[in-house]
Amino acid sequence: MIPLSHYLTLGAVLFGLSVAGIFLNRKNIIIILMSIELMLLAVNMNFVAFSYFTGDTAGQVFVFFILTVAAAEAAIGLAILVVLFRNRGTINVSDLDDLKG
Amino acid sequence: MKLLYILTPLAPLFGAIACGFFGRKLGRTNSHRVAIAGVAVAFLFSLIALIVQMGDDAKVFNETIYTWMVSGGIKFEVGFLVDRLTVVMMTVVTSVSLMVHIYTIGYMHDDPGYQRFFSYISLFTFAMLMLVMANNFMQLFFGWEAVGLVSYLLIGFWYKKPTAIFANLKAFLVNRVGDFGFLLGIAAVLVYMGSLNYTEVFAAAPAVVGQSMEVIPGVAWSVMTVTCICLFIGAMGKSAQIPLHVWLPDSMEGPTPISALIHAATMVTAGIFMVARMSPLFELSETALSFVLIIGSLTALLMGLIGIVQNDIKRVVAYSTLSQLGYMTVALGASAYGAAIFHLMTHAFFKALLFLAAGSVIIALHHEQDIRKMGGLKKYMPVTYWTSLIGTLALIGFPGFSGFFSKDAIIEAVHHSQITGASFAYVCVLLGVFITAYYSFRMFFLVFHGETRMDDHTRDHCHEPPRVVTVPLILLAIPSVILGAMTIGPMLFGGFFGDAIQVAPEHDVLAELGAGYHGAFQFVLHGFKTPALYLALAGAVAAWFIHLQKPGIATWFAEKFSVVHRILDNKYGFDAFNEKVFAGGARQVADRLWKVGDVKLIDGLMVNGTANGIGLISNIVRTLQTGYLFHYAFAMIVGLLALLSVFIFSA
Amino acid sequence: MLCAICAILLCDLYSKDGRRLTYILSQVALVGTLFFTWGVTPDGSATAFGGSFVMDTMSSVLKSWILIVSIGVLLYSRDYVLEREITTGEYYTLALSGVLGMMIMVSSSTMLTLYLGLELLSLSLYAMAALNRKDVRCAEAAMKYFVLGALASGLLLYGISMIYGATGSLVFSEIAAAMAADSSSSAAVFGLAFVVAGIAFKFGAAPFHMWVPDVYDGAPTSVTLYISAAPKMAAFALAIRFLVDGLGTAHDSWQGMLVILALLSIVLGNLIAIAQVSIKRMLAYSTISHVGFILLGVLSGQAEGYSASMFYAITYALTSMAAFGVILVMDRNGVDIHLLTDLRGLFRRNPVYAFVMLIVMVSMAGVPPTVGFYAKFVVLDAVVSVGLIWLAVVAVVFSVVGAFYYLRVIKYMFFDDPIEAQPVLAPIDVSAGLAVNGAALLMLGLFPGWIMAACIAAFS
Repeated sequence: MIPLSHYLTLGAVLFGLSVAGIFLNRKNIIIILMSIELMLLAVNMNFVAFSYFTGDTAGQVFVFFILTVAAAEAAIGLAILVVLFRNRGTINVSDLDDLKG
Repeated sequence: MKLLYILTPLAPLFGAIACGFFGRKLGRTNSHRVAIAGVAVAFLFSLIALIVQMGDDAKVFNETIYTWMVSGGIKFEVGFLVDRLTVVMMTVVTSVSLMVHIYTIGYMHDDPGYQRFFSYISLFTFAMLMLVMANNFMQLFFGWEAVGLVSYLLIGFWYKKPTAIFANLKAFLVNRVGDFGFLLGIAAVLVYMGSLNYTEVFAAAPAVVGQSMEVIPGVAWSVMTVTCICLFIGAMGKSAQIPLHVWLPDSMEGPTPISALIHAATMVTAGIFMVARMSPLFELSETALSFVLIIGSLTALLMGLIGIVQNDIKRVVAYSTLSQLGYMTVALGASAYGAAIFHLMTHAFFKALLFLAAGSVIIALHHEQDIRKMGGLKKYMPVTYWTSLIGTLALIGFPGFSGFFSKDAIIEAVHHSQITGASFAYVCVLLGVFITAYYSFRMFFLVFHGETRMDDHTRDHCHEPPRVVTVPLILLAIPSVILGAMTIGPMLFGGFFGDAIQVAPEHDVLAELGAGYHGAFQFVLHGFKTPALYLALAGAVAAWFIHLQKPGIATWFAEKFSVVHRILDNKYGFDAFNEKVFAGGARQVADRLWKVGDVKLIDGLMVNGTANGIGLISNIVRTLQTGYLFHYAFAMIVGLLALLSVFIFSA
Repeated sequence: MLCAICAILLCDLYSKDGRRLTYILSQVALVGTLFFTWGVTPDGSATAFGGSFVMDTMSSVLKSWILIVSIGVLLYSRDYVLEREITTGEYYTLALSGVLGMMIMVSSSTMLTLYLGLELLSLSLYAMAALNRKDVRCAEAAMKYFVLGALASGLLLYGISMIYGATGSLVFSEIAAAMAADSSSSAAVFGLAFVVAGIAFKFGAAPFHMWVPDVYDGAPTSVTLYISAAPKMAAFALAIRFLVDGLGTAHDSWQGMLVILALLSIVLGNLIAIAQVSIKRMLAYSTISHVGFILLGVLSGQAEGYSASMFYAITYALTSMAAFGVILVMDRNGVDIHLLTDLRGLFRRNPVYAFVMLIVMVSMAGVPPTVGFYAKFVVLDAVVSVGLIWLAVVAVVFSVVGAFYYLRVIKYMFFDDPIEAQPVLAPIDVSAGLAVNGAALLMLGLFPGWIMAACIAAFS
């Protein structure tokens, strides 16, 4: 039997990876979108683990909602990305610096 | 009733807002209609309140309408205290204000700032009503500052006239001195009595009597005395007592209707009203009462003397106002609060009448204010003549006129008073009677009798002003005659004010007078036995003799006693003294401070330094916002770590 | 329930995409919902959807204000949206779904509903920010907002999962009970830090504020108006639900976190605002500093503090609405106004708007007798009453610093000559709305009692 702490560690590692992906990556916005997905999955992992170990189904219900929301979020993210690409012709993160100060 | 009391001040406020913001759209006629309607409503409601409060079983209305905020157990609230003292003031304020509103239609007829003027005087009426109806110091102070504000606005109404701007500034500065004292007084009340509500303060006051405080280490002062004197300094500023009187004569630069309303009838009496309202406090400190008495008697006498040498028609009336305010203050000092309010009331009417009559003369002579260039106006302006005569007789205290009752009551009260300084005050007020009569009739004769001294052109155009001017004169003349006889009985001796005014038994001079009072007619008869009446008559006769029969005497006197004349003409040098010592000294000190302290240290280093520094920091910090998404995300992670560090340290 | 009404009307909107009609229908929906909210306000508190939806005094007060503010926002932005050829139907639809999200947030009683409401709001906002498809800056702002927002909700979710693990429940009342039994649960406090980060992002508190200026600046002004007003109240509800209803016992821990956030927000917001030349960016930084004040009340951890903050959030929404309303009206002439100097001589071009803006600036600077003064005062009073006097002093000092840039706007409007003499005009209903809005700021400063009473009732 794998103890709870292992699941939590996995969740934390995934979460850390995704966060790092967001602020270390300076090239492609699509990678950022992927990191965001990964972050939500890390959270899902936490929820499922907690839910299993406490025997409470509410956590699993939450996971389904997160999955749905994540889908919607991805859709909007990609839509914005398309608009951005049409206007600028680039999806390079470092080029997004018109607004500052 | 509550609604009625709330609506009373709000009606003129509505008029002020309508004229102020929508004046241009409303046009002239509609503006004055709205303003007058607002004040008329307030007047009507005040009358109703008066009648209700006059009833035998009338209850004092004392309620908090609205609590603005509560901080540290101290409440800042709006509330009304309506008792008989309040209703008298309300009626006086609204009735005089109504007359002045009507009169203004004629006086300001051609002025471009017509709507603005109506807006201001309606606003003033609102502020004054808030002041007199307050049930706490906070609101009193609000009303106090608000009437002050409108007063400055109105003194400087003709803002293109340099003298008006100067007078405006002077009024502002002098009143700041008074307000500073007033604020200190309120602070003392708050500190030692723990509340701002009148009822609570008055209840807490007796417990404070024995206490003392040390402002200068080692010197113990009675808390009560300091508090009362501080409050009275506020009253000195507003009610123009020596030495804070200097702004009032200059305030005559404003349009005449406001001289009548604000600088004679109502606002300047706010100080008198305030002291009367605070009677439960002042009764607890004999020192403060003596202080009040002496300041008052000095003002009454010295200001009257200056009136003799003035040549500007409005300034003569202004000095007479100062002197009469001195009388009221004397009455306060002698604990005859009833008499002070009584005189305040009668004075409001006859002084407003005199001012408006002066205004009427000024209009007729195309804004000529020098009485040496008038004379013989009797035949041109009969209504103004007769109403002025009534006003003057009331002012000098001719038996039967309203001023007689109130002034005689004050003199008698001082006569009976046992307080320190009372005998000095008695001499002052008696002399004051002679002087009042002299300068009043001097002006009256110079304006209306004798030969006409204006140029031909002016004389040809000289005629009685329109009815909007004369009707208020007549309406004001009526109370100037009859009000005294009608109200002296109940107001002074009938216990009219009930609990509104509290007098310690050992100070109660009015009760002593009341024992000998057998009706108004008897009072008049008694008047013939007192020196005051003969002094007044002597003054009038002297004026007649000197200025009509032998005009040379005045000049001869001025030459022979040139020192006296010069002192009077320079108004005892108060202005020059202020100019040199306070203004001059302050200017020098300020100059030094400005050059060294301000320009180099404060401006150079602190203000500009800080401003530049902040600007610089601002520009540096600004670069944190790089515009790069990953920096933003990084900042968030740093923030998260900071929050986690709290978790770590607290665990 | 009322959300049902909202939802039905939303469906309606998809089918009828007439522009005028959409606007009218949206307003009818909001007004209808407003009356419905008043109609169903229970005396105590009532729950629905298996206890995941609660109606108490706080939720009904906040809902009413969210609806009122949204009505004003749509009114002000109507002509702007039409003129800019922003896809009108979508604007209203998204705005309404955002309102729905906020309403779910304020009356949620479990972390799940709260999260769903939050996402409904956020997703609408991301999309709205990108609405002007032809504008480069607009797309950039939307992208930044989206990425950072997703990161923030990720943090929030991670925090939620930790709290769920520590307490075994998603319902706030049960969390509170579990916390009371074991208040030293370190997993919960660990999660708390993430939750606070998520909340701070929604508020736009420093250092989670970076999106605020860029989005305010880049997004179409009508969207900025929307973002700046009602969501602040929703964010307040978010904070209260989590921190007070759920983790009230961990007050000691989150107070320290909020102190950091509030302090940084007030200092940075006011400092950076001074150097701004763009009016929207200036208002963005000013928002950050005001958020600091809202947090001040919350961190006091007392009922008076919460009600003071609630008052602040409500009145700030009104103030901000008036500010961006005036900017919107000026925008109409074809070119967007961008710089502070574009406000020059507004007084001569339209005195009514100049006066509204004057009241807004004076209120934001916290000068009596406007509502801004009163709001700041009650918040500071709450902070002082819990002994954090130094914090109050810092807040006061920096709001004095802040007064400078507000006064500068007033100077531009009243004392400088206009660049173009042509008067600013707007339809009569917009002008009337703005005038009422401005007057309300003044009147609420004089008579704050009734809103304050409602705010106090919400926490008693």
